[in-house]
Amino acid sequence: MTVDMSQFYEVFFDEAEELLAEAEHLLLEIDVQAPDIEQLNAIFRAAHSIKGGAATFGFMDMAEITHVLENLLDKLRKQEMALTTEHVDAFLAAKDVIKMQLDGHRHGATVNAEQVGDVSMMLKALSEGRGVEIPVDPLLAQSAPEPEVLQVAEQKPAMSLTDAEKSSGIRLYDVKLPTVTERDLTNLKDELALLGEVVVYQRQDQSHALMIKSDSSADDIVSICSFIVDTDLLVVSEAGTSAATETPSTEAKPTETQPAAASPVTAAAAPAEDLGYGFFDDDPIIAAATPAAAIAENATPNPTPTKEGKAAVDIVEEVGYGIFGRDGQEQTEEGYGFFAPFKPHPDAPKAQMIGDETPVSAAPAAVAVEASTTPVVAAQKPAVKETSAKKEPEKAAVQSTESSSIRVGVEKVDQLINLVGELVITQAMIEQRMNALDPVEHESLINSVTQLTRNTRDLQESVMSIRMMPMDFVFSRFPRMVRDLATKLGKKVEFVTIGAATELDKSLIERIVDPLTHLVRNSVDHGIEKPEQRRAMGKAEAGTLTLSASHKGGSIVIEVTDDGGGLNRDKILAKAASSGMSVSESMSDAEVYNLIFAPGFSTAEVVTDVSGRGVGMDVVKRNISAMGGNIDIRSALGYGTTISISLPLTLAILDGMSVSLGKSVYVVPLNLIMETLQPRAEDLKTVTGEGLMVHVRGEYLPIIALHALFNHPTHVTNPTDGVLLILEADGRKSALFVDRLVGQQQVVIKSLETNFKRIPGVSGATIMGDGSVALILDVPAIIQMGQTTNYVTGAQTFANQNFSTQPYTNA
Amino acid sequence: MNMTADTNNGLAGNNSSLKSAAGEYLTFVLGKEQYGIEILKVQEIRGYDAVTQIANMPSFIKGVVNLRGKIVPIVDLRIKFNLGNVEYNEFTVVIILNLGGRIVGIVVDGVSDVRELQEEHLREVPALVTRIDTKYIVGLATVEEEMLILVDIEKLMTSDEMQLLDNTVH
Repeated sequence: MTVDMSQFYEVFFDEAEELLAEAEHLLLEIDVQAPDIEQLNAIFRAAHSIKGGAATFGFMDMAEITHVLENLLDKLRKQEMALTTEHVDAFLAAKDVIKMQLDGHRHGATVNAEQVGDVSMMLKALSEGRGVEIPVDPLLAQSAPEPEVLQVAEQKPAMSLTDAEKSSGIRLYDVKLPTVTERDLTNLKDELALLGEVVVYQRQDQSHALMIKSDSSADDIVSICSFIVDTDLLVVSEAGTSAATETPSTEAKPTETQPAAASPVTAAAAPAEDLGYGFFDDDPIIAAATPAAAIAENATPNPTPTKEGKAAVDIVEEVGYGIFGRDGQEQTEEGYGFFAPFKPHPDAPKAQMIGDETPVSAAPAAVAVEASTTPVVAAQKPAVKETSAKKEPEKAAVQSTESSSIRVGVEKVDQLINLVGELVITQAMIEQRMNALDPVEHESLINSVTQLTRNTRDLQESVMSIRMMPMDFVFSRFPRMVRDLATKLGKKVEFVTIGAATELDKSLIERIVDPLTHLVRNSVDHGIEKPEQRRAMGKAEAGTLTLSASHKGGSIVIEVTDDGGGLNRDKILAKAASSGMSVSESMSDAEVYNLIFAPGFSTAEVVTDVSGRGVGMDVVKRNISAMGGNIDIRSALGYGTTISISLPLTLAILDGMSVSLGKSVYVVPLNLIMETLQPRAEDLKTVTGEGLMVHVRGEYLPIIALHALFNHPTHVTNPTDGVLLILEADGRKSALFVDRLVGQQQVVIKSLETNFKRIPGVSGATIMGDGSVALILDVPAIIQMGQTTNYVTGAQTFANQNFSTQPYTNA
Repeated sequence: MNMTADTNNGLAGNNSSLKSAAGEYLTFVLGKEQYGIEILKVQEIRGYDAVTQIANMPSFIKGVVNLRGKIVPIVDLRIKFNLGNVEYNEFTVVIILNLGGRIVGIVVDGVSDVRELQEEHLREVPALVTRIDTKYIVGLATVEEEMLILVDIEKLMTSDEMQLLDNTVH
């Protein structure tokens, strides 16, 4: 009977985390002076969904605080209270607390109960702030000594909706309660009063029921009730102006002959908004807010009908109600509602029918099935649920931004990417073979292969895009951090993000967060000056911190720019010298700035304007390097600093330049090639007859002969006969000497280490169009190798061969 | 009784390894010698394709090939064992081994047969000085008047001697 909830925990955690992030994002965006109701609604919904999920899974601490939060938000969105900065601060604090609780449940992290209490108090205080009647919180009020006197009507009250109310999406709900204590009833009434007008009345069987006039969805009502009563025993139905009725048996049976039900198409197509059927009544049908349904709501915004749901649809159709299936379909497409797997109660078949719009026509069908009491049918009753509020068009728009997505394991995606990579290679092979064929004779084959080529390319692009995520995922967490940090430090910081839509591989997105957090923190802490200092320097009081992302060649460039004090070259040099590093006055600015990446380069007391910039910067640098990226600094004293990170777009695919060496082909990462050139003899220089260099635009760059380094036979041994690739990595430049350039292409990176081992100077391998393997050069390692032992070997190779006779030695 | 045999016989430990060595073997030729490797370690047998050479490797590591999208190193056992004629043509055979998930190809002179060997067919390897350590040889067998050298190919290929793994000391 009991559904094992733990299997859904992860889904809830993920979902809650996303909702929190979204809520935070919205909170930071909100304009306190003129809050957008839509935003408040969205925040409310997020809080509400978390509450619902938390309650479902029994995380009562989270449910409790979200509930308080939700109450306050509700008042704000109903404009019973004006939004103030304190509210926003309190909400942000609440978000942190919820996050902490979430982590507590998820990872067993410690939860600071005091903080939870503080925030809870703060929210409640704010809630009381304007003397608005505070709802008795059901969770907190369990110790409340005396419930207030409850007004219970003896008869079902005559509540109805005016046309104006109807058109503004307000609906009338009839809620039948199980036997509850008076105190619970009071709490419930107060709770529901948040949603709208509530009247409690007593039914013939002495149980209580409520009439609610609200613009909230039935879900909201059920969720609120779930704190007090067993939702299994709850019936929520929409009571219309015309069809509200107390007679279930007559209601159920006539449905079969009702025109609306008999003509499914019209029923499904009709905008049922105003019709409002009171289809459920009395005892046989008792709504069950099954956990499964609640989970479904939280888990998948746009699910397809499940097996069980489908089965139910089929059965219903057999009975003669095509509406249900179609209707369900329509709901799914529109994201209005869906079927959820439903576990029937063992002793009594129960259905949950909560509907106000589309489910209207579906519900009678279900009622009819119910009335027929076929056990099989009853056992497979689907639960029709409506996702939260979308009474107004703009709400629906907001809803759609909560886009439908599925969660898939990264390894599955990686496998897909690998397979597509294979497909691309196979396709390239076919294409190559095809080129040998007579184009006239094999015209249709050639056409088909051309189409295959196009399709494969599209496929590859789409598959690669699965792993890509917008930088917004990273950027969105910074406004909050900057805001908090600036407040704490008494600084004014304007935070600007540029290019948040730039996409980056998911694995890189995850790994960039920590280094970037460090850099942003540093910029606020040490880059941007205090307002008075800025004023004295003639700058605007508020400093600007810009986080930007953009594509540049085969890589993505992420920059953290502040208009603060900038790095002080002299102080860094002095500090470096005093800590025993080998430095000189003649070092370039870039070299000096790079010193702050040295491990242990802490300038804390000595160099106040860059203090802390050294702390952990070596870690940042190491992280970025591990991702295959580079980091460099541009700074102007008094004007600010830019820290620029460049990363490969993805780890799986590389834009490469293939070069040939003898009979082999090697691939050089394109983003590390600055330029390629064929040197003139007079540009080649040596030191002591060895140490070959090339003179390029005023710079002397060491030449690394790949054939010498790799001990690879080739006929091209004179750089003037071959090509030099000017490579740059880790701020060092070298010229790599190869035979010739073959071409530029994207290659799928394959690990050599899977079946073999790491090879010095080689970062991986790839499979070329003809099926052969080409090695991808590890440029930083090659530059390193070239500058140490092997370079000498290379030079000697030159000297021993034909270089001693070359004219360049005395040029 | 077994106990006495074990304690009296210094080769007792090896006897039990001989017992576990019983099974099916793929036999191949290197020069004039017959070798056998456990059939379960063999993934497939294929011809010798164009191999991509790798810089600064010992001569017996020929390089890597593309085996349906996987990058697989190729070792020439003929060079390593200093046997047979090292030439590469359309008759050159590569045995692709799957050693606990790692895929390696070995070049041999030719593949002969699959033999099922029982414990009674197997003999100890006497102490010898050879190009490879006798610890990689699980035993010897006589099949049709020929001596079959049974190699623990997994142990051999993952050894430092073959330099196929990262922990290799160069």
